[in-house]
Amino acid sequence: MITTINEQQKSGSALLVGSPRSPSSQSPYLMVSVSDPAKMGNGVQAYISYKVTTKTNFPEYDGPEKIVIRRYSDFVWLRDRLFEKYKGVFIPPLPEKNTVEKFRFGAEFIEMRRQALDVFVNRVALHHELQQSEDLRIFLQADEQTMERARSQETGIFLKKPADLMQIFKGVQSKVSDVVLGKEKPAEESDPEYEKLKNYIFQLEDHLAEAQKHAHRLVKRHRELGQSLSDFGKAVKLLGNCEENPLGNAFSDLGTKSEILSTKLQREAHHLLMNFEEPLKDYIRAVQSIKATIAERANAFRQNCELAEAIKFKEIDMNKLRITRSEKLGEAQHEYEELKADGAEATRRFEKIVKLMNEEIIRFQEQKTLDMGLAFHEFAKGQADLANGIACAWRSLLPKLEACSS
Amino acid sequence: MMGPETNKYPRGKRDDEEEEEEEGRGSEGIHHPLSTAEQMQTLTLDEGNPLNGDVSTSKSYSNYRSAMTTLSSSATEHPLIPPPSIATTPTVSDPLLFPPHTPSPDSPSYADVIYSPFHDSVPESNGNGEISNEVTISSPGSQSSSSEYLKISVSNPQKEVESSNSIVPGGNTYITYLITTSTNALDYGGSDFSVRRRFKDVVTLSDRLSEVYRGVFIPPRPDKSVVESQVMQKQEFVEQRRVELEKYLRRLARHPVIKKSDELRVFLTVQGRMPLPTSIDVASRMLDGAVRLPKQLLGESRSVVEPHEVLHPAKVGRDMLRFFKELKQSVVNDWGNSRPPVEEDDKEFLKKKEKLWELEQHLTNASKQAESLVKAQQDMGETMGELGLAFIKLTKFENEQAVLNTQRVRAADMKTVAMAAVKASRLYRELNAQTVKHFDTLHEHMGLMLAVHNAFSDRSSALLTVQTLISELSSLHSRAEKLETASSKIFGGDKTRIRKLEDLKDAIRVTEDAKSCAIREYERIKENNRIETQRLDGERHVDFVNMLKGFVTSQVAYSERIANEWAKVAEETSKYTKESSS
Repeated sequence: MITTINEQQKSGSALLVGSPRSPSSQSPYLMVSVSDPAKMGNGVQAYISYKVTTKTNFPEYDGPEKIVIRRYSDFVWLRDRLFEKYKGVFIPPLPEKNTVEKFRFGAEFIEMRRQALDVFVNRVALHHELQQSEDLRIFLQADEQTMERARSQETGIFLKKPADLMQIFKGVQSKVSDVVLGKEKPAEESDPEYEKLKNYIFQLEDHLAEAQKHAHRLVKRHRELGQSLSDFGKAVKLLGNCEENPLGNAFSDLGTKSEILSTKLQREAHHLLMNFEEPLKDYIRAVQSIKATIAERANAFRQNCELAEAIKFKEIDMNKLRITRSEKLGEAQHEYEELKADGAEATRRFEKIVKLMNEEIIRFQEQKTLDMGLAFHEFAKGQADLANGIACAWRSLLPKLEACSS
Repeated sequence: MMGPETNKYPRGKRDDEEEEEEEGRGSEGIHHPLSTAEQMQTLTLDEGNPLNGDVSTSKSYSNYRSAMTTLSSSATEHPLIPPPSIATTPTVSDPLLFPPHTPSPDSPSYADVIYSPFHDSVPESNGNGEISNEVTISSPGSQSSSSEYLKISVSNPQKEVESSNSIVPGGNTYITYLITTSTNALDYGGSDFSVRRRFKDVVTLSDRLSEVYRGVFIPPRPDKSVVESQVMQKQEFVEQRRVELEKYLRRLARHPVIKKSDELRVFLTVQGRMPLPTSIDVASRMLDGAVRLPKQLLGESRSVVEPHEVLHPAKVGRDMLRFFKELKQSVVNDWGNSRPPVEEDDKEFLKKKEKLWELEQHLTNASKQAESLVKAQQDMGETMGELGLAFIKLTKFENEQAVLNTQRVRAADMKTVAMAAVKASRLYRELNAQTVKHFDTLHEHMGLMLAVHNAFSDRSSALLTVQTLISELSSLHSRAEKLETASSKIFGGDKTRIRKLEDLKDAIRVTEDAKSCAIREYERIKENNRIETQRLDGERHVDFVNMLKGFVTSQVAYSERIANEWAKVAEETSKYTKESSS
């Protein structure tokens, strides 16, 4: 099942690399899909596996098509590796781990997750930096054992646990408020535009969370209305049995229509969930990913500053040593050179992050306008279709009712 | 005696009525002489009922009737329509109240009302799919071709203090309501009235109506609420009660029989204290009964049921002896080996009763489901509104913070959606207000089932009275026989025995009369049941059709409007799909 976002991404990727949908050997393309979720294992150990299909003509890849089996934690591995390597890039977000619901493995949950994973991997494949990642290639191509080894190796070294990330977020958040409150700030950027961006991102998350909360409730309301229409229909049918025709018939028809509408409502609830609430959740995840990048940038900035300070102190040290004509001068000079190299590296890293972020934020905003535009369209269309369906169903009863009173 | 000229309704109808009565009775298999006018006269004028020691209660009943008489002063030209046409009162010699030439003892007036061409049927739902919030529940009179109306409103609740009679010093406070009536009914003797009544008065009215209109589906009154006096005076409670009272009175005014009742008229028109006798509370009844009972048992006072008494059910306390006799009879009916002397054998009635109870069950269920449907619709509207507001906030935010143009574009899209959501929310809420009114019909008819239960139990208690009297009669006869055979053996007779026999013969005579009376009452109630059932079925049919029409029409109207709003948004955002498929 190809989702609309997927469609967009696919055509997007075709657009970016300048080729039509159908694979051709000339221009490079990388198309991925996540499909066929299957429950594996038993009890507590149970998990879902997904089929990941890659169609590509990239030279490093085994083309033109390769299929591998992956599970959620493999996606997490990829995300974490990308986060480590590509600082400054807004890494596409993953759906939540959701340990509780996992055990229930409802069909809806599985479908939502599959869709979100598909979107994730496609976004990675589309990103001109990320698509060149070796880790991506491993993810898309390696056999299961290699994948498992890679996955378990990374624990502890590179894996940033969500808790760590949260601490960083909190750090960044408190630093933002510190700035506002005028408290002493250890090595923070003072770029006003960047400050503005940070504020924007944090507030955006709050606003989106509220919108998503109501969207979630709206899905529930559709289900509830559907249920009560169904119950009402049944009750009305029974009532109709007590009345003579044509009234009895009218009641019976009313009951039938109610049950039909109940089904329509349940369907719309699902449609809302997948095509309106999910994009909103995706939006929130993307914002959270940006916050992680903000934290990385802060780290890089701090490192840069710290190194700059260290270099300064080293200079002072060296001058001292020069004056005292110490033997340690040579060593100190050596260290100094190293520090300067590190400093240059840190500065380079920081500046790269800044540059990437500036590009990324534009890309992000534009993408979000498209994503939300589509979500809004789906929402409006779904509601219009539903309301029209309701009007139609009830309208068909009117002639019979007219007949009743004549 | 007033001649037939005073009788409003053409004789022709009466004749039809009589025929039907006879047929009906024939099939029942109860053989008793049709009461003639003469017999009626004897009964009604039998004023000297020696109910010793029971002055208060019997008198109260007669007081009640005489009270009604006095108040009907304005009605001299217009024959009142008393449901229990014959001996409702021992005091009556008032020709005005009881046109003597009422050939059919069973509520001729009622039948006339029903067969009159001005039979009312009122759909209570408003607006035929119109999107309006007005509710006009006026009495059906205004809609029927007779253009007779009785409009009632309840308003202006006020606190008042109980005067000196209260045991508690400092007085009780209670709430009175202003009841305004406007009517063109002739027997009201005026067109506009305004009185103050308290809830107790309404309870009294309701109790009096149930006594008088046995077998009729009398609209049930609002509940008494067992709450503290503090709550009683709270604004919400008072307002709720005001609404209920208004609904109740309007329902009474709609009922083809009740609307012509004296009791209602008195309630609506008489200034000052309401002159209807209050229901005697259980305690006083018990006291009265406690006085009577020992005397009856000891034979000091008559333990015989008087004819006029059979017109009301045996009340605990007041009519203890009769109550126990009937209780015994009902036990015999249920557990005895032989069949009761007279049975409910009207098959149509029994079938109808079954159907009505089935209807009640389904009605209750449908009523419940309707309520949860309304709630679900309301929740939908609310959440849609909240979603809209959240997006409006987002829109503002994006616009204020916009750095790139794409943000402004997004904000504009969001705004479109938000506005549509808010509009849809408002439409849902309006639709729901309409739906609530439509489904009120279900709740109303569910409430009416109580009236049906009461009317049917009037019937069974009247039947029980008949059965008891018949049993009583047979035991009196056998006692008399025994005494006769015993005293015939003694030459010259035994003075005490002769006197006892005389007494017994007396008792038999009175009991026979009572039995005839009871049978007539039973038949009257049966007829009322039948007519009312028909009326209710007809009304229910009409009400339900209107409910369905109203519900469906408003659903269609609002769904179309909601669809339009969203269709516009879908159109405006359609560019996003085109882009993705290009």
